[in-house]
Amino acid sequence: MIRPVLIVNARLLDPASGLDAKGGLLAVGGRIAEVGPAVTAAMAPGGAEVIDAKGLCLAPGLVDMRVQLGEPGAEHKERIDSGALAAAAGGVTSMAVLPNTDPPIDDPAMVEFVARRARQVKLGKVYPYAAITKRIEGEELAEIGLLKAAGAVAFTDGERALANARVMRRALAYAACFDALIVQHPEEPTLAEHGVMNEGPLASRLGLAGISPAAEAIMVERDLRLLELSDSARLHFAHVSTREAIQAIRAAKARGLRVTCDTAPHYLALNELEVEGYRTFAKVSPPLRSEDDRRAVVEGLKDGTIDAIASDHCPQDQDSKRLPFAQAAFGVIGVQTMLPVCLRLFHEGELGLLPLLRTMTEAPARILGLEAGRLQKGAPADLVLFDPEAPWKITEASLKSLSKNTAFEGRLVEGRVVRTLVDGRTVFHDEAVA
Amino acid sequence: MSSEPLGFRHKHLLGIEGLQPFEIRDLLDRADGFVDLNRRADKKLQLLKGLTQINLFFESSTRTQTSFELAGKRLGADVVNMSVASSSMKKGETLIDTAMTLNAMHPDVLVVRHQDSGAVALLARHVRCAVINAGDGAHEHPTQALLDALTIRRRKGRIEGLTVAICGDILHSRVARSNILLLLAMGARVRVVAPTTLLPAGIASFGVDVFTDMQRGLEDADIVMMLRLQMERMQGSFVPSLSEYFHFYGLTYDKLRAAKPDALIMHPGPMNRGVEIDGVVADDIDRSAILDQVEMGVAVRMAVLDVLTRHLRGEAA
Repeated sequence: MIRPVLIVNARLLDPASGLDAKGGLLAVGGRIAEVGPAVTAAMAPGGAEVIDAKGLCLAPGLVDMRVQLGEPGAEHKERIDSGALAAAAGGVTSMAVLPNTDPPIDDPAMVEFVARRARQVKLGKVYPYAAITKRIEGEELAEIGLLKAAGAVAFTDGERALANARVMRRALAYAACFDALIVQHPEEPTLAEHGVMNEGPLASRLGLAGISPAAEAIMVERDLRLLELSDSARLHFAHVSTREAIQAIRAAKARGLRVTCDTAPHYLALNELEVEGYRTFAKVSPPLRSEDDRRAVVEGLKDGTIDAIASDHCPQDQDSKRLPFAQAAFGVIGVQTMLPVCLRLFHEGELGLLPLLRTMTEAPARILGLEAGRLQKGAPADLVLFDPEAPWKITEASLKSLSKNTAFEGRLVEGRVVRTLVDGRTVFHDEAVA
Repeated sequence: MSSEPLGFRHKHLLGIEGLQPFEIRDLLDRADGFVDLNRRADKKLQLLKGLTQINLFFESSTRTQTSFELAGKRLGADVVNMSVASSSMKKGETLIDTAMTLNAMHPDVLVVRHQDSGAVALLARHVRCAVINAGDGAHEHPTQALLDALTIRRRKGRIEGLTVAICGDILHSRVARSNILLLLAMGARVRVVAPTTLLPAGIASFGVDVFTDMQRGLEDADIVMMLRLQMERMQGSFVPSLSEYFHFYGLTYDKLRAAKPDALIMHPGPMNRGVEIDGVVADDIDRSAILDQVEMGVAVRMAVLDVLTRHLRGEAA
C-alpha cells in the first residue's frame, strides 16, 4: 500500500490545463486525489507524508519519448536500472525506449521482456518502442498488430532511417489499421553515408566528411508525401535539426496532415562549433547544425511546429568515443540533464515555463497516447518538484548513467530537480537541496 | 424482368465488366438447369458435339482447368488441354504468335488463364473463336464470380439486398474484382475487409465500403467471402507474418459472431487453413458453402460454353 503524499506550498505548473498557481497536491493510492490552490496542509489524511515544497515548482513528471538503453545487448553502456535512475534524477517519470537493442525489439516477447525488467526496477515507467521492420533491416514489416497488443508504444527503426519508400508506404498504411504511430529517423542514408558532422565550411576546415542538411529535408519531404497517400496514418519525425525540414513540417501541419515531431536539447542549445577540437562528445546523429538551423529549431518550438523535446539519450562507453572523430560512435546522454538544459530557453525569455514544460510532458504523452503528463485529478501521481533558478555544474560525477558521454560536461546550468515521484512514490530526492 | 427473349450479346466472356444484369441472370438461370444434369448418372449432352475447346493455361490451376474440362466434355465438345509447361511459349513464342497458331487449328472455344492482366483480351483480338477468360492477372475471373453468385442465389434465394463481406488480399485478387462488379450489378451491398496494404488504391470508388477492422467489417454480413493469401505475400512485404495475419484477418468462429447467425462462408480455393480461415470454420457444413462453389463451377462454365457457341449451332444467342 502506497502512503498518501501531500505536497504543499508549491507553484503548480500544469501545461495541459494552463494552471500556474500556488497550491498543493494530494496523492492517494498512487493517483492525484486533489490538486489546486485550495490544497493545504490541513487536508493531510492520517499517515500521509507531507512535503513542504517551499515555493518550488511542481509539474507533471517529464515524458521523454526518445531514450536508448543498452538492455539487452549493451548492458555495459546502460542498463534499464541505471537509465531509470538517471531519468529519475532528471525528473523524467516516463520514457519510451528505442528498439535497436541486441537482439532488437521486433517480436512480442521482447516487448514483454523490456516491460517486465522495467517493472522490476521500480523507478520510472518504461515504454518500449518496437521495430517497424524485422531485425531493423528496413525490408519486411514486423508484426505491428501483435507488437502493439503486447505493449509497444509506437514503431521505429531507431537510429536507422526507413529508407525504402515502398516499405515506408506500406508501414504507414499497415500501422494505420492498428492506429499505431510510425516514428522516423529523418535522414536520407545514401546522402548522409560516411558523413560525421554538419556539412559546411567548418567540416571542410576540419577535414571531416559532412552530412548535408538536405539529407534531413529530403527524407522529411518524401515521408510527408507518403503520409498523404495513407488516409488515417500518423507519422512522427524524431530529432529534427534543420530549418528546411522544420519548414516542410510546418507546411504539412497547415495542410492538415497527421504529423508531429520532436527535437533534442542539444539541437536547441548547441551548434556545430562544438565539434571544434574534434570533440567526439559533440558527435550526434543528426549532427549539430549551423547557428541558423539552431535558431530555426528554437523558432519551431516556439510556434508549435515542433511538438516535443526528447533527450535522444544515447549512452556510449569510453571505447566508443575515445577515437578519431570519424571513427567515434554517434550519440550523447541527456535524460538527466534535459530539464536544466532546456530551461535556458525560459531564462533567455524564449519560452514561458508552461509552454516549455508542455513539450516535455503533455505533448509527448499525447503523441504516444500515454496516461501521463498532466496534473489532473485521477491521473497517476508522476511528479517533478524542481527549482528553476538553482545553478549547478554538470560534471561526470553528477551523472547517474553508466556512460558519461554528455555534450554539456563542465557547463553551468540553472534548474535543479529536487524530488521525483512515480505513482506517488519518491524515486529521487536531492537531499542537498531540500 | 424476364430473361427469356434477351440473349447473350457478346462474342467472348472476358470479364463481368460490360455484362448487363439480365445477361448475368440469364447465365445463372441456365446454370441452374445444368446443376440438376450434373447430379444425374448420365451427365452427357450433345450441345457442343463436333466443337473443339482448347484450355490454354499459362498459369497452372488444377481445379479451374478440370472444371472447364468437365463442363466441355459434358456438353459433348472435344476438349484439349494445353499447359504452358509443354507449350512453345517456353521456347520464346509471343502471346500473339501463340494465338495465331492456335487460331489456324480452328478451335471453337478457347479457355485462357494468364498471369498478366489484359493478356486474355489481347489474345482474343487475334483469334476468330470465342474466348473465355479463366483468370487474367489481378484483373478478372468472371466464371468465379458467376459461380459465387449462383451459390449465393441458391442458398439465400436472392442476391439483391444482401450484405457481402469480401475479406483478405483484395489487392492481388481477380476474384475480388469480378465479384465486386457482379454483386454490385445485382444489387448487393459489398464490403471489402483487409489491412490497408492489401487494398488497391481508390477501391472505395468501386462503390464498396472499406474496413480494416474485420470484426466491424463482418457486422451483420449475410455472406463472408474469404480470399486466398499467397504465401509470398505473408512474409513481411504486405503483411508481417502468417500468425499476425491469422490473428487479425483469419476467419474464426470468434470473428464470425459479428456476422448474421446464418451467414454463409465462401472461399474460392485452394484454402490456406490457419492463414485466412480456421479449418474448423471451413469444414462447418451448416455455414460453409465452399464445396457448393466447386459444384456450381461446373454448371456455370457449362452455361457460359452454351451461350457462346449458340451461333455455331445455328441458334439465336
